[in-house]
Amino acid sequence: MTSALSIDKLRVTFDDFLALKDVSLEVKPGESFGLVGESGSGKSTLLRAVAGLAPVTGGKVEVNGKPLGAKRDKAFYRQVQMVFQDPYGSLHPRQTVDRLLLEPLDIHGFDDTERRIVRALDEVGLGPSFRFRYSHQLSGGQRQRVAIARALILEPSILLLDEPTSALDASVQAEVLNLLEKVRADRKLTFVMVSHDLAVVTHMCDRLMVMQHGREVELLSSADLAARQVTQDYTRSLLTASEGYRRSA
Amino acid sequence: MSKLLEVEDLRVSFPTRTGLVQAVRGVSFSLGKERLGIVGESGSGKSQTGRAIMGLTAETAQITAKKLDFNGIDLLKASPAQRRAMRGKRIAMILQDPKYSLNPVMTIGRQIVEALRAHERIGGAEARRRALEMLAAVQIRDPERVFNLYPHEVSGGMGQRAMIAMMLVAGPELLIADEPTSALDVTVQLEVLGILNRLVAERGMGLIFVSHDLRLVSSFCDRVIVMYAGRIVEELPASRLAQAEHPYTRGLLNCMPKIGADRHPLPVLDRKPEWAL
Repeated sequence: MTSALSIDKLRVTFDDFLALKDVSLEVKPGESFGLVGESGSGKSTLLRAVAGLAPVTGGKVEVNGKPLGAKRDKAFYRQVQMVFQDPYGSLHPRQTVDRLLLEPLDIHGFDDTERRIVRALDEVGLGPSFRFRYSHQLSGGQRQRVAIARALILEPSILLLDEPTSALDASVQAEVLNLLEKVRADRKLTFVMVSHDLAVVTHMCDRLMVMQHGREVELLSSADLAARQVTQDYTRSLLTASEGYRRSA
Repeated sequence: MSKLLEVEDLRVSFPTRTGLVQAVRGVSFSLGKERLGIVGESGSGKSQTGRAIMGLTAETAQITAKKLDFNGIDLLKASPAQRRAMRGKRIAMILQDPKYSLNPVMTIGRQIVEALRAHERIGGAEARRRALEMLAAVQIRDPERVFNLYPHEVSGGMGQRAMIAMMLVAGPELLIADEPTSALDVTVQLEVLGILNRLVAERGMGLIFVSHDLRLVSSFCDRVIVMYAGRIVEELPASRLAQAEHPYTRGLLNCMPKIGADRHPLPVLDRKPEWAL
């Protein structure tokens, strides 16, 4: 079976700085894959490089068996959509929710936009009353739901999630994570999710890659992580850190 | 235990076009030389509580309290000059993100020296010596080098240590830390908390730790206050967090994903209108 996403020795360079050093990974169709690491580990850069938002200087990326060129085409964005971390920064401040959802449909020449917008809002648990609001009239959780609706409205097969809940309160995070799990099950989506929170990634993903300094540290399954079956010291220190503060530490 | 701070029925409200918004609605607690955590979600009034004590609330706001007493000083009656003399010297505050709360056009060393000389009449050489000492106390390996760096030249963890150094250099009795580690990586978080913990214990300060992270607060503090919609819904010793009784506290604890717990979907918080009454 072809992988949904296949990355081979991907390299990203910002000026003289090597942000991503020959990272390879395979994500199977329908799988949920996590990327964990501290700031500067290259986890977001990897995701952005796949989406065509980072300067790739080496390596290959294949989506559903099709190699990607230097510039992403329209067909790519129908397959792959992204949800960003900050719901306050990723929605156009002067467009209504309706306009925000119409834009991708317009670009890709979808018909039946009316029905699709209503359905998309419904799917993310926002009623039709939200359709003509501006993003500043919404809470952080509602904004993130709009961002998810915007990503899903093109019916992609792969969703790239860059810290989708780290700007949200714990109770809202639970709601958004539940929503993401539900749409993944309903639409048989493939997820690639970046987070600094090990608990969130193990909850959402089947497998994960721990990254540091732009390199892979360890590739393991969430079950192994939960059972503390880790081989690298860095992963172990992340695990310890995620358990909270200890007086003696 | 002698009380460092006593707060009774603190209320903070902001006049807006649509009426008075009450951010804090009758908060009471007292603090000795201990670590007190204030936890809540966005909009619960936790930060405004800390800011009212520090005297940093916006001028348009109305603050009332039956008692807001710091070491025998009535904070509500204190003149601006009195409060200014206390702020930084006796009550200090650590803010969330060193990227935004340090002065970008001043070296770290100069900022610490400035904080010190605002409150003490000491010479430049002495101030420099004390600043370097303080940088060493927050476990910065090469204080001389960091002294001359600008905030953008250091990492988040290093910037937050510099901020702690700046706040503690004048030797305050009460430290308010508003989300001091939320902008940091988990591994760095623990280092910074370790430094904070040691300094607070060594210098016998009172600490108010404001955070949205219930788990982190309970592992760090002695006592935890949980706020919801401007009120305290529960107060309990940090060690007894697992026995929390209020449904909001329990819901908050419960809705976080845990490593090794297989719960799909996650339990969500079912907000009851009566919690906000």
